[in-house]
Amino acid sequence: MAELLRMATAGSVDDGKSTLIGRLLYDTKTILSDQLAAVELTSRERGEDQPNLALLTDGLRAEREQGITIDVAYRYFATPKRKFIIADTPGHVQYTRNMVTGASTADLALILIDARKGVLEQSRRHAFIASLLGVGHLVVCVNKMDLVDYSAERFEEIREEFAAFAMKLDVSDLTFVPVSALHGDNVVHRSAEMPWYEGTSLLHHLEEVYVASDRNLIDARFPVQYVIRDQGSDFRGYAGTVAGGIFKPGDEVVALPSGFTSTVRAIWGPGGEPITEAFPPQAVTVQLTDDLDVARGDLLCRPGNRPQASQSVDAMVCWLTERSRLTPGAKYAIRHTTRSAKASVVELDYRLDVNTLHRDEAAESLALNEIGRIRLHTQSPLQFDPYRRNRLTGSFVLVDEATNDTVAAGMLLGPHLATAKVVWQHGTLGREERATQGLTVWLTGLSASGKSSVAAELERLLVAEGRPAYLLDGDNLRHGLNGDLGFSAADRAENVRRVGEVARLFADAGMVAIASLISPYRADREQVRAAHQAAGLPFVEVYVDTPLEVCEARDPKGMYAKARSGEITGFTGVDDPYEPPVHAELVLRGDEGDPKALAARIRALLGPH
Amino acid sequence: MPTSFPDEFTHHKNLFYFPDASKGTFTVTATYELSHLRALEAEAVHIFREVAATFERPVLLFSGGKDSVVMLHLAVKAFWPAPLPFGVLHVDTGHNFDEVISFRDHAVANYGVRLLVASVQDDIDAGRVVEDTGPRASRNRLQTTTLLRAIGEHAFGAVFGGARRDEEKARAKERVFSFRDEFGQWDPRNQRPELWQLYNGAHRKGEHIRVFPLSNWTELDIWSYILDERIELPPIYYAHRRDVVQRDGMLLAQTRFLTLLDGDEPFEATVRFRTVGDATCTGCVESTAATATEVVAEVAATRVTERGATRADDRISQAGMEDRKREGYF
Repeated sequence: MAELLRMATAGSVDDGKSTLIGRLLYDTKTILSDQLAAVELTSRERGEDQPNLALLTDGLRAEREQGITIDVAYRYFATPKRKFIIADTPGHVQYTRNMVTGASTADLALILIDARKGVLEQSRRHAFIASLLGVGHLVVCVNKMDLVDYSAERFEEIREEFAAFAMKLDVSDLTFVPVSALHGDNVVHRSAEMPWYEGTSLLHHLEEVYVASDRNLIDARFPVQYVIRDQGSDFRGYAGTVAGGIFKPGDEVVALPSGFTSTVRAIWGPGGEPITEAFPPQAVTVQLTDDLDVARGDLLCRPGNRPQASQSVDAMVCWLTERSRLTPGAKYAIRHTTRSAKASVVELDYRLDVNTLHRDEAAESLALNEIGRIRLHTQSPLQFDPYRRNRLTGSFVLVDEATNDTVAAGMLLGPHLATAKVVWQHGTLGREERATQGLTVWLTGLSASGKSSVAAELERLLVAEGRPAYLLDGDNLRHGLNGDLGFSAADRAENVRRVGEVARLFADAGMVAIASLISPYRADREQVRAAHQAAGLPFVEVYVDTPLEVCEARDPKGMYAKARSGEITGFTGVDDPYEPPVHAELVLRGDEGDPKALAARIRALLGPH
Repeated sequence: MPTSFPDEFTHHKNLFYFPDASKGTFTVTATYELSHLRALEAEAVHIFREVAATFERPVLLFSGGKDSVVMLHLAVKAFWPAPLPFGVLHVDTGHNFDEVISFRDHAVANYGVRLLVASVQDDIDAGRVVEDTGPRASRNRLQTTTLLRAIGEHAFGAVFGGARRDEEKARAKERVFSFRDEFGQWDPRNQRPELWQLYNGAHRKGEHIRVFPLSNWTELDIWSYILDERIELPPIYYAHRRDVVQRDGMLLAQTRFLTLLDGDEPFEATVRFRTVGDATCTGCVESTAATATEVVAEVAATRVTERGATRADDRISQAGMEDRKREGYF
């Protein structure tokens, strides 16, 4: 589990954000006694009977009272399980810039909602910005529960309203916690006031939330940052921070944009520690077997998995300065990975209203805190991935060369389609026009959980009804389509991606595609879901939640025994994680009911033809 | 193992003590996770390399204090096996602990880096600054002039500092790349937004950028790293016997720079320093922590025990309080 969790908080003082952060610092005992003494003294002077924890983060509020620009502040606290870095950003309307900044490096965003006021425009804006910046985990704290009599109904109401809005966003993990920051309910300790709440305390969730799959461990990307040469020893190595995927000595790599290939000879950590596998965010030095002309700004990747390359790109940008506006025709310096280039804004496609998500296509410029979609032309091709796929190779900033200010934060969407090599051909038939309407049923769960038996029964059931259905079994597909893949995290992700693509095609053709594979990582499954959503195809995720002990006792292929004895490694459930779905359409236990009955429960979800 | 490389770099061998994998702190798991110290190390290394790649004349501020020692250690690791591509600068108040100055020279030789000393005394002698007088006089304030003079004279474009965001409220908002105008001034209200790992170090001639690679480290992180990497520090960071005087709620070391006031009664105590600066205003705390392991335990306890109901003025709480007073000076 990641020991370091970076989170962004959003909300205003009125929501009780300062109190909540103060409470986290206080209850995790991060505050030193003299700080606390000062707070207690001030609180007493104000006639309050409890220490006012908002005073602990009071720097910000004092600033606001003085009318000074409010900015991102970083705070630190630790528990025995994790270290936390909080990018604390004020939540008022004019501070989109700061929220974008704070969210850019966050794994998780914490959003506060006042239980009395419910979901406000501001809450939606915070959620949208977190989603735009690719923060996959949202934790919504419904605060001031003490002021609504700890009402379960009120909490549910807010939860439903917010979840309905979040459906429109790209959020993979959404958690709600009812809290009273003032009294400490459900912040660090479970509250006795809300017995109806079955979840964990906020801190417990923050300690346990699994964020590793948010990094891209599939597409190997190494932007060369600095060339290290040591004359004494003739050493030449390429220093940089791994931006995606895994690099190993012996890997064949290609240097872009030159296109020359070579092999990784060795990888060194800081100080010369030999590295057998380099992954993000490690800072390493890579030596190649060949003497290539590689320099800062170049990118190392695998020959079979290259990023997009284009001089004309589409991007979402947030404008960060009040001193000028973004207008088509303007020229800037673009900073992308370790590369700098000149760039000009060709077109402003639309300005996005962050509160309503309305697109204003008539907009002619972007002012401070405004977000829009632009087309950018760069002096040399960018080697990039879409931001959704990789935050490090998909992000950029624009610098005004006249003032040296950082004026825009950008997220790359893709090459501008007119210049892309492959143009999407729109099919002539829509889904509704076909004889049958397809969809995908995706069964995920541990090995030996009973997925395949249920899937086979479902296929039989549908075919018996005369409905076209086809079973895509993970194990079987590994003999053919995925025969070249192993069981590393990257290969598992690619396995899921391919099966997902095949399922999508089957579903588009009018079949019920039934995919049965372990698919252990949430992010991979979410990508398959997103691909279906984009194509307008239903996607039904079924979590076969059979306890590990039961799976292990069954062990029809003897795999668990091999994993326990160390004969095989990286086995899901034993020494590789399984991330259960958060929003599965259906959860089944493989050991409760026979496969036929379980298949019938899935069938019931699918509706008529 | 891929090659027999380290043999070619025996001169570096003494510098890096590779952590013991059995300790667990640095173990990389099958799920590709870094320990938090390794993640902080990677971030700092990235920052050093970014500066070396994009600035013409960087320099690293090095006082011999623990944060600057950790910073130097990280910098040297970032460029292995090549020598550090920039030098280090000590702004010398002239009021030093002898142990720290001899450590400074030892460390500079050990790490094989170039040392430049900018002396506050020179500025006093040249009349550029006027020294405070009286028993409580300190040269802290004067350091700024000397530092900016050195930056100007050598045309340094980037200056690495060891400041951390957990030190105090204003620092909590400072950028990793912090712009300084031609007068060396920081404008906290008008900082450049800093997103992802994309740092903007653009500046004109005469302006410079302060760079803080340890921004996201806490005091406990610093000590844990010193322990794990077995980084050598000046001996005064560990418990030792020393003559001290009690003043303003602090214990001040009795040195040749300290003028005794009426009522000052020097006594011997077992103390250690938590920060090291100008000898006239650097306080120490009573402590028996004589090794990095013991200091880590003490610092960790400082964060865990002495708040809430038990706010007795115990030693450790004084240490925490004093640290911030210290840092207020700087």
